[in-house]
Amino acid sequence: MAPLLSVKGLSTEFRTERGIVKAVDNVSFDLAAGETLAIVGESGSGKSVTAMSILRLIPDPPGKISAGEVMFDGQNLLTLSDEQIRAIRGNRIAMIFQEPMSSLNPSLTVGLQIAEPINLHRKTPWAAAMDKAVELLGRVRMSDAASRVKAYPHQFSGGMRQRAMIAMALACQPQLIIADEPTTALDVTVQAQILALLKEVTRAANSALILITHDLGVVARYADRVCVMYGGRIVEAGPAREIYARPRHPYTIGLMASVPRLDQEAGSRLVPIEGSPPNLANLPPGCAFAPRCRRATDLCRNHRPLLVQSTPDHLSACHFHAQLSANVGT
Amino acid sequence: MSGPDTVLEVKDLKVHFPVMAGAVVRKQVGSVKAVDGVSFDVRRGETLGLVGESGCGKSTTGLAILRMIDITSGEVKFEGEDISNYDRSRMRPIRRRMQMVYQDPFGSLNPRMKVSEIVGEPLEVHGLAGDRAAYDTRVASLLDMVGLLPDMADRYPHEFSGGQRQRIGIARALALEPSLIICDEPVSALDVSIQAQVVNLFQELQERLGLTYIFIAHDLAVVRHISHRIAVMYLGRIVEIAPRGELYAKPLHPYTLALLAAIPIPDPEIEASRPQQIITGEVPSAMRPPPGCRFHTRCPQVMDVCKSVDPPMRDMGGGRAVACHLYGS
Repeated sequence: MAPLLSVKGLSTEFRTERGIVKAVDNVSFDLAAGETLAIVGESGSGKSVTAMSILRLIPDPPGKISAGEVMFDGQNLLTLSDEQIRAIRGNRIAMIFQEPMSSLNPSLTVGLQIAEPINLHRKTPWAAAMDKAVELLGRVRMSDAASRVKAYPHQFSGGMRQRAMIAMALACQPQLIIADEPTTALDVTVQAQILALLKEVTRAANSALILITHDLGVVARYADRVCVMYGGRIVEAGPAREIYARPRHPYTIGLMASVPRLDQEAGSRLVPIEGSPPNLANLPPGCAFAPRCRRATDLCRNHRPLLVQSTPDHLSACHFHAQLSANVGT
Repeated sequence: MSGPDTVLEVKDLKVHFPVMAGAVVRKQVGSVKAVDGVSFDVRRGETLGLVGESGCGKSTTGLAILRMIDITSGEVKFEGEDISNYDRSRMRPIRRRMQMVYQDPFGSLNPRMKVSEIVGEPLEVHGLAGDRAAYDTRVASLLDMVGLLPDMADRYPHEFSGGQRQRIGIARALALEPSLIICDEPVSALDVSIQAQVVNLFQELQERLGLTYIFIAHDLAVVRHISHRIAVMYLGRIVEIAPRGELYAKPLHPYTLALLAAIPIPDPEIEASRPQQIITGEVPSAMRPPPGCRFHTRCPQVMDVCKSVDPPMRDMGGGRAVACHLYGS
């Protein structure tokens, strides 16, 4: 069966004062219906630009999708007309952003904003669309949904705004939801509520979910599969359990050693990754992680490793992926 | 528990901010009880973690100890000296021994000052700068202490990454050889791979210089990693205080339990078998905190008594205390 979403060789560039920056470089992955894929990375890794590129939300200029294809349900989103892509956004693919306050319109009621895509894409009359908005707010467990549809975003707390965003995303029963750091701005107990809700509503509708995050704990709890990004490229990809049990890229291994875990002996020293994330305008010729990698050799510094199958469903972009798998845990 | 080993004693600290209304005649219509009766002590060489969600009063507690905001009532004793009513001039010598590291490594450094000026400014302010050569030597040794190179002294903050900027902020805090450093979310703005570098630096400096820390953060995993004892705060109060090991092994307060359950462990195998007890609701307004126990509106184990009677802090032995009716006699 063909995957719901198939991204192939996606590259996105930005024109800056210091030359062309490849924010996303040759990124490929597949996503099946009902599946949750986490894209993990630090700031500047290209995870958000990847998501924005799928929906063609890259401001041009200065940005430009320079190569690749995004096959969604049989059509290449990158070759659609503006009108055609607008018919997909918020309809068959919905997006949830980190900052619910800046992605909601402060001068319109929450109900109107949830009803808008229903009216626009489904041609549902406004009155019926507003009824649907009440139902959707109930589905994201907003108490007192009937009166809350008449409220404005500023009257909501951070958690309620993100619930409203999820309601809006669900409005047209999308096949794919892309959530970009949806809970980073929220308190931890609210973060847990929102992610559990997102997981539950996507599971109920058999929608696919792309979860963009920097939090390895969130990935472990919610993702089926993982893509780890570094310097604009995917450096490791595979099923979540496989990647956590047998990581095959030094960056992934380093990330896991550098976060404190609640279930570990407290007081031990963390093993940090030395150095800083790379400057995309000035990437080294070889592996982008080589300057911070303790195992780096001349091969790594001079030759960029390709993303290859380390095992049939586990990809790694490290020259030494085979040795790494043997050394894990030491 | 006061003694020569106690660096800081906080007793029944309250910080209330007035809420004003009226366009012509301004009058007070209420108050935000940001910190509402907080007591703890900090021993020399230890790290006390203050953890909680937004609005719990953890940052306000830190600012009140440094007297950067006014205290409404209560007592703050620093190295045996009651500083609760000190004015600016009397606080000045105290601030030499009590410093702060801030969350935002971008906003807390003056972009027009060179690193050497930022790190050395506390020396100038307190008249400890000495001659040029002594000043430069001191700045160089401070930069070295936090893992920066001496030739970075002539650069400006924008030339540094977030992690390096946080090191500059730490060097500045160390300039006056303080005994207590209050760290307010010092790693939460940093990338995951950089957080560990800065956390390790804090630990190394503590061992080398015998520093005492109050480490304020919302991330319980980070707080637990660096702290010897942890105080969990909720809506202006401490609800539980415990040594780090016990807090995770056997949390007592239902809120501590909820916080722990909300934080995912980076291991899919463990997560799959972990019971998912997610509490509902959000933190209520600090202007109108719920009567009785402040957590009762969200507590999965709420009882009738919780809705009307405020639970006192109860000593549970072994350095633990909890404010919850479940542990009433």
